[in-house]
Amino acid sequence: MRVFQHANYHYIENRKRAYVASGTVIIVGIVGMIVNLFTIGSWQHYGVDFTGGSLVQVRFLDDVEAGSVRNAVPGASEVTRFDQQNEFVIRASLEEGMPVDSLSTQMEAQLAQAFGAGRFEIVRTELVGPKIGAELQQKAALAVLVSFALTLIYLAFRFEWRFGVAAIIATVHDLLITVGVLALMRVEISVTTVAAVLTIVGYSLNDTIIVFDRIREALGKKGARKADYVGLINRAINETLPRTTLTLVSSFVVLLAILALGPVVIRSFAFVLLVGITVGTFSSIFVASPALVEIQKRWGRGDESKPKKTRPAPATV
Amino acid sequence: MLSSLRGRFALILIVVAISGWQLYSKGLKQGLDLQGGMHLVLEVDDPDGTLTTAARADAIDRAERIIRTRVDGLGVEEPLIQKVGSERLIVELAGIRDEGRAKSILNEAAFLEFKLVLPTTEVGSTLSRLDRAIVATLSEDEIASLGQRAAPVTPGQRTIEDLLFAGGDTSRLADSATTQAEDTASTRPTARPFTALLNTGDVEGSYLVATEDVESIQSFLALGEVQRALPRNVSLTFETQPVGVGARTYRRLYVLEKDAFMTGESLENATAGRDQMFNQSQVQFELNRAGGRRFAQFTAQHVGDYLAIVLDGQVMSAPVIRARIGARGQIDLGASPLDEARDLALVLRAGALPAKLRVMEERTVGPSLGQDSVDQAKIAGIVGVVLVVSIMIGYYHMAGMLAVVALGVYSILVLGGLAGLNATLTLPGIAGLILSVGMAVDANVLIFERIREELAAGRANRTALEEGFGNALSAIVDSNVTTLITALVLFQFGTGPVRGFAVTLSIGIVASFFSALFVTRTLFLLYLSGKKTSDLISI
Repeated sequence: MRVFQHANYHYIENRKRAYVASGTVIIVGIVGMIVNLFTIGSWQHYGVDFTGGSLVQVRFLDDVEAGSVRNAVPGASEVTRFDQQNEFVIRASLEEGMPVDSLSTQMEAQLAQAFGAGRFEIVRTELVGPKIGAELQQKAALAVLVSFALTLIYLAFRFEWRFGVAAIIATVHDLLITVGVLALMRVEISVTTVAAVLTIVGYSLNDTIIVFDRIREALGKKGARKADYVGLINRAINETLPRTTLTLVSSFVVLLAILALGPVVIRSFAFVLLVGITVGTFSSIFVASPALVEIQKRWGRGDESKPKKTRPAPATV
Repeated sequence: MLSSLRGRFALILIVVAISGWQLYSKGLKQGLDLQGGMHLVLEVDDPDGTLTTAARADAIDRAERIIRTRVDGLGVEEPLIQKVGSERLIVELAGIRDEGRAKSILNEAAFLEFKLVLPTTEVGSTLSRLDRAIVATLSEDEIASLGQRAAPVTPGQRTIEDLLFAGGDTSRLADSATTQAEDTASTRPTARPFTALLNTGDVEGSYLVATEDVESIQSFLALGEVQRALPRNVSLTFETQPVGVGARTYRRLYVLEKDAFMTGESLENATAGRDQMFNQSQVQFELNRAGGRRFAQFTAQHVGDYLAIVLDGQVMSAPVIRARIGARGQIDLGASPLDEARDLALVLRAGALPAKLRVMEERTVGPSLGQDSVDQAKIAGIVGVVLVVSIMIGYYHMAGMLAVVALGVYSILVLGGLAGLNATLTLPGIAGLILSVGMAVDANVLIFERIREELAAGRANRTALEEGFGNALSAIVDSNVTTLITALVLFQFGTGPVRGFAVTLSIGIVASFFSALFVTRTLFLLYLSGKKTSDLISI
């Protein structure tokens, strides 16, 4: 079986359409964030990890409705059913200066009063002080920036600076779309979500580099610098298309398996990755490579005619 | 050696054997989210900002050491106690069942002081000032709501019960209860919100407060105005254990000197024991040299006075000082279970904290939820792997089979690597593991595609293989290194589960490197060795 064996698509010529598509999705995402800002008060649906607050997950032995849980715990800001069982996630906010652990004790007492002690089990609690949450936001942003900086340095060293810049542009594109989708779907942002987003950074770079590697290889061949740059990039993308497809599919089925059958706690993690790798694959073809062409057009004049410097052979001892 | 097929297989076998042995002997450590447990972030409690940065850092340093000792006493396997920055402490107790007890050992039971008990006459005259302060500060409704948290008891009942069951010694108390009850009934209840709840104490320097009124008294005492109305160097502190008088239970409210003459810092050792004669729990303690001297001097001056042992703002016991006590003393816990004495001894032995700690973050996962997650993750993992395997074999046939074998080697390497590094397997970690299977095939796909290209270009089998691997190398290296960079940044940034994910991802990348470039190639060489150059290869 073969897919796209002799693919001969003209990606670069169609880049304007891709820009429009990407731009639209990004704008929709930003609109989603702005809508969030007005409706829920923040760009994203931040979970307790970021806002501080408490989350208590309770498993009841009897059939219980969300409404009765809500009545039992008047301080709760949100009561949601967890999965299909008699399990609920109760959220409440924490006041400044309040001891973090007082809330769960209070909640447990209220539940015991309403449903009887021993008729329920607290299976998970997450209590986060507001200070911790604020620090986490900074750390997350810092992590993304640091990974960008390191990648840029690595790519500049292994390829050329413009490959690095193009790869970062594609990755920023993926991040914007992912963050937009998160806002639109109101996916709860937790530490795990941030980990998923950072993984997307990795995956997107990975995918871009496979294509860039082909371009680098083609550029290294004799006379390549004088050849048609656009055609060369198109060919590189076409040549890697079978690999791109197969890797996307195999990552996809695994994530679908987690999404459908995996623990509920990491389903949002799988979802974020699913969105991310789709966008990441798209961007390495339709964003990273065109970006390379655009950069080449504007700033590539100088060394275009010069042959690529070859590294001296390692000295033998 | 590596160039020969046999040498290659030997190397693979050795690596697999080492990984397998690591996995077998050490096993995989499951994270809190899988086996259940508790994650706490603690910080020095300093609401007024009176401590200097250095003092806070010092307090955290000592707290870390102390908590480590305490946790060892809890019997938790491989607890994690980690200092973050200079002011914060992370404590992870995996598999802990009794979270409340763990938390009280870690945090609440922390601050030990020895204070002198003052006679009630020290405050007697000022108590009415407290009443006035409360009346002046709070509205009648507020006082009523605070005071009426207690279940209303009719005066008659109280009196009769007390009269029937009270012993001779407590007759004073019964009287006072009666007068107090009458007072409450006759006068406006809000005029004496505080003193109305106090009964004459049964021991020196204390009042008795009915158990149901304790909360109201505490709310009153928490008011700044009330604290200011108290004489200087006097504090009112409850005793932990309730006392039964007749059919009713009371808590003693002690009048103490506000400044402790000694804190737990001077404590050297403490052991729990049981008094054989009266079957009472007790804790014997030992002080260090300086502490012992101070203690001896102090007790010599105060023979006949009472000494309160205050743990976290609650009086544990207040024994009378019978004679000068040197470096050894004893705390009696009455009829409380020996477990409690042991916990107290543990807290004391590990040393009292130099400053209080505050819980900044707390996460607990029950063992049942963890087990559910493991079960679901297993199913998802198996399904995911089966799907990937069928894709590989369906698409690359024989070569796909080779890749699957290499993937098997990869899995053993990753699991063995995790075990060898003592990494913790968390839920996101499992997701990372499953995902890395999907990504591990990427390297194989890259190589196979290159080989196909070379074959299509008319190369001989052996040449196509060499070229294929050679051409794919740079892409595999560069893509893996960038992913590794992200994983390492994640590790730096994250805590707990996220770190687990980063570690899994990193090990996965290294293992996939070996599996794709070395194992797959070796298997390919084996496959080709049985074929003639002109034979078609199944890829």
